[in-house]
Amino acid sequence: MQKSTYATKIGLAEMLKGGVIMDVVDADQARVAEEAGAAAVMALERVPAQIRAEGGVARASDPSRIEAIQRAVTIPVMAKCRIGHLMEARVLEALEVDFIDESEVLTPADLAHHVDKHAFEVPFVCGCTDLGEALRRIAEGAAMLRTKGEAGTGDVSQAVTHLRKIEAQLRRLGGLEPEQLVAEARTLGAPLELVRQVAAEGRLPVPRFAAGGIATPADAALCMHLGAEAVFVGSGIFLSSDPPRRARAIVEAVTHWRDPRALAEASRGLGEAMRGTEASGLAPEARLAGRGA
Amino acid sequence: MRVGVLALQGGVAPHVAAARALGHDAVELRRAADARGVEGLVLPGGESTAQRRLLAAQPGLRDAIDRLARWGAPVLATCAGLVLIAREVDGGPGTLGWLDVAVRRNGWGRQRDSAEAVADDGAPLVLIRAPRIVRVGPAVEVVRALAGEPVLVRQGALVGATYHPELTADLRVHRAVFGDARAEAGAGADVQ
Repeated sequence: MQKSTYATKIGLAEMLKGGVIMDVVDADQARVAEEAGAAAVMALERVPAQIRAEGGVARASDPSRIEAIQRAVTIPVMAKCRIGHLMEARVLEALEVDFIDESEVLTPADLAHHVDKHAFEVPFVCGCTDLGEALRRIAEGAAMLRTKGEAGTGDVSQAVTHLRKIEAQLRRLGGLEPEQLVAEARTLGAPLELVRQVAAEGRLPVPRFAAGGIATPADAALCMHLGAEAVFVGSGIFLSSDPPRRARAIVEAVTHWRDPRALAEASRGLGEAMRGTEASGLAPEARLAGRGA
Repeated sequence: MRVGVLALQGGVAPHVAAARALGHDAVELRRAADARGVEGLVLPGGESTAQRRLLAAQPGLRDAIDRLARWGAPVLATCAGLVLIAREVDGGPGTLGWLDVAVRRNGWGRQRDSAEAVADDGAPLVLIRAPRIVRVGPAVEVVRALAGEPVLVRQGALVGATYHPELTADLRVHRAVFGDARAEAGAGADVQ
């Protein structure tokens, strides 16, 4: 029996498709998420909007907080480490989290490198804003990708931009002749072998999820329409006025995104969404998506 | 055959691809209306708690697949799907209860214990936060085992797997459950 192979890592990502991964900060929120039908939870000390508001250096969560969430639910528990912080990642692996998010939402620990994710038994998800970034993370061993969007804003526009960009770049790759792929790999800043593989297969070798600013059932459905295979919802649920109801509604929306009547039903009477911040109005230093490209 | 793949949450696409590779007409089931004309059923892997909640919100769909199973339509349930159709789950009653087995969810542990393995009969297995079958009813046949423990079982037209045959290139399980429409159409038997 061979544990933690690349196939089992991508396999778990495959099983999370069509699902919602919800940020939670304690066992009570984790239970609300599980009861609402979340496919997994992300264990955090602060949701992105709080990190944004409070400032300071954002680090991996206290192990006791993660363990309390692991005890509370049976669905997979993910946790975030700082970009390039392989020791935070080792700590999360020792805690046996089910997935590690090497995340731009936390303050990067290495300004030039990401974690060598092949060296870990636990699968990793990483953020990306375009195809080059996506392929660099896959080369490092990521088993799942998500858009970066602009976390903690409640504004879905950046996730939409990233989804559309990756889709357009994938389509462009499919139309290139073999002799154009070397130049394309250089333009993308991605390994040639991966570029060739993606050009031949017409899709990424790992699942592609959406994250960053999703706050409503319609936001989640829009991301699915644009090619996302599942969604992460960070601040959008537990900073809204009725988290259990909004959580259930977003779960329904991801399953039934092709059915506008079901979306209307899911969107009805949810109370107030998180207030949020317009992403285009953020100062450059307040943007998280540029971290660790 | 028209094979309906329950598509509330989880690894739907590999089952759709496997059914189509065998020449079947595969459809995704999200609503009761989607089940019209369906003759075979797949319950895919995913998160069983998420699938259970989404199924509870669709009583019409639940009735439709319940009827299919009781009529004796061929059913393949993998991983979380097996959890949904098991009679007993973690010592309590299961959701659909069609298959007379007891399972323990995440029986091997967390994701770090997910593994690739080779069954006692040589078949490749991919186990992802897999359930374990801890009791098998008298009408249930153990088709495949790993170190003596059942990983693939059959009760009439119902087949349940703790692992993911859909994540390997091996189509034998899907073919055993639904048949090979291409072979029947004289298109040859080069399915693997």
